[in-house]
Amino acid sequence: MLILLIYVAIFVAAFLVVRMGIRRLTERHDFTSLKTVTFGDESAVRADRLASVISVVTIFVLWGAFTGSKLVPVHAPGPFIGDTEFSYTAERADGERDDATVAVRVHRVGEDVIPREIALGEGFAKNDVLTVGAWRSDLVRVDRNDEADERVKVVAIDGQPIAPGQKVKVANGSVTLSERGTPNFTPDKGWQMEPIWLPSPEAVVGRLFEIAGHGYQNSTLLQHLGWSMFRVIAGFFFGAMIGIPLGYAMGLSDWFRGWFDPIVEFMRPVPPLALIPLVIIWAGIGEVGKIILLFLAALWIMTIAARSGVSGVNLSKVHAAYSLGASKWQVLRHVIIPNSLPDIFTGARVAMGVCWGTVVAAELVAAEKGAGMMIMVASKFQLTDIVIMGIILIGVIGYGIDILMRVAERWLVPWKGRG
Amino acid sequence: MRDLTIDNVSMRFDLPNGTSVQALKNVSIDLKAGELLSVLGPSGCGKTTLLNIVAGFLAPTEGQVRLGDTPVTGPGPERGMVFQQGALFEWMSVRDNVAFGPRMKGRRERDWARDVDHLLDVVGLRDFKEKAIYELSGGMQQRVALARCLANEPDVILMDEPLGALDALTREKMQGLVLKLWNETGRTIILITHSVEEALLLGERLIVMAPRPGRIHREYRLPFAERGVSADLRSVKKSEGYAETREEILSMIWDMEEEIMGRVEAGAG
Repeated sequence: MLILLIYVAIFVAAFLVVRMGIRRLTERHDFTSLKTVTFGDESAVRADRLASVISVVTIFVLWGAFTGSKLVPVHAPGPFIGDTEFSYTAERADGERDDATVAVRVHRVGEDVIPREIALGEGFAKNDVLTVGAWRSDLVRVDRNDEADERVKVVAIDGQPIAPGQKVKVANGSVTLSERGTPNFTPDKGWQMEPIWLPSPEAVVGRLFEIAGHGYQNSTLLQHLGWSMFRVIAGFFFGAMIGIPLGYAMGLSDWFRGWFDPIVEFMRPVPPLALIPLVIIWAGIGEVGKIILLFLAALWIMTIAARSGVSGVNLSKVHAAYSLGASKWQVLRHVIIPNSLPDIFTGARVAMGVCWGTVVAAELVAAEKGAGMMIMVASKFQLTDIVIMGIILIGVIGYGIDILMRVAERWLVPWKGRG
Repeated sequence: MRDLTIDNVSMRFDLPNGTSVQALKNVSIDLKAGELLSVLGPSGCGKTTLLNIVAGFLAPTEGQVRLGDTPVTGPGPERGMVFQQGALFEWMSVRDNVAFGPRMKGRRERDWARDVDHLLDVVGLRDFKEKAIYELSGGMQQRVALARCLANEPDVILMDEPLGALDALTREKMQGLVLKLWNETGRTIILITHSVEEALLLGERLIVMAPRPGRIHREYRLPFAERGVSADLRSVKKSEGYAETREEILSMIWDMEEEIMGRVEAGAG
């Protein structure tokens, strides 16, 4: 909630600063800047690149600030680390009371810690020591060194009366009395995230280099990603090899259209993920099964793209080709295929995106290598940094695939959208 | 060069609701080689259907179209077609578009290069031959379409409102170009148009069609195309008989449109 509020505040503040301040100083004088109606004119809406930069930086700053990153100068208050005390009042069976102190040392989880050394103090209740990790809590067996024949009862913490199940705020933390009457000290957690929930950016980057160098689960990072890419490319390749001719046949022949229409229309809305169990039953969890799955994911998309590419051809073009003396094959080769390429490229972009999503999901279910397998195994060992690194890499690669497809499209079908 | 005979052509087809449409009824036209015919009529009079039958894209239910002695059974390179727009191939350069016919016949570049370059000169696109189609203006695109059709050396050129999508000035220039090409190449041309002026200027013969069923209403022989070959089109428009003929045809079409509207209203009432 707090993070959301901070995020909205940064959004508004950046908007005001950029719009009222910087943009005033660097006004543009192109055509769009002269438009008076921009609200509702979609063509006048261009992504403000400065906003994009601030947006990305904001995410990383917030991430760093709430994970105690060293890369970010300002932090949300962290968990309490260091020494603190609270006192408890013990009551013996005979009704006599005595106070004693618990000396607490809060340390980072995973670091070695030496308990504090203190004097036992006066009275029957003796002072205690406690070490507890940040974000953790621990029971203090206060009566283990007290001079009493039977259990003593803790009746107050720092002078405030307490009963089992109740909670009392003390310096740098809080104390809850368990049902059996043992105080449980929880140091203040602060606003930062514990690394097992959200590691800091540098931990993720560090893990990236570690895995890139040493690998994880018997494969290097490149091998994991490479296997995922290989499956996507192989599945997409076979899907396109079958899907495009099938789509052409459906666009050119009544019989093919009639025969395959029910199959395509039925299979199209079935999410590829729903096919994973069946593919595993039929083909196992090896490469063949995954490539079959991705083939099925790409097949229908490519079929429909090719079919709509054929039906999108302007009839005048086909007529013109025939009256210029072209044969059926020449019409297919010189008119229908080039005319359908823009649609096929659009389909290919969608298919690659779907395949990439499907391969990660399939690897989450079962795989020996692959990006999805890597994050799935890491999550089982609470290696959140690997999980986050994997998610970022999957996103970057998916985005990269789309950019590559767009570049290829611009290069191979420059006439797209200009017919 | 062969004569074109449209012999008693009728076209009738069924609609899904059980009724049928008589798109054309007993249309006969004899065109001598090298004649320039323009066809005019209100919308729905079957002009485009007739052109599609001559091109071979549609089969008539009665009658026959013959080129010389050969009956037309499908599209063929001896009957070239110029469409209103959208019929050029965006994935080819201007030059490849123009050379499409010869290339489909399997001729080598050295055989067609000279003809194609000459045609590009004639239509004034010499400097644009390596450009992409979508880089050209609408008027230039129609010039490519004309050149592409001519490169195939057809006996008959069929034009389906080729200048309909152009602005008035470009249209006038293109009308001059069509006349020039007709005069220089001596090809038979059938031109479908909505514009009475265009039909008058670009028709040695002019046929006015009437709708429901589509049929020939009136036929004219006009001197304006001949005059336009040697004079500028604006002076042709001021020449003798032009204004009168224009008025006559306009009111004829006006009456037809009125009649259609009347029939529609009567049907609605």
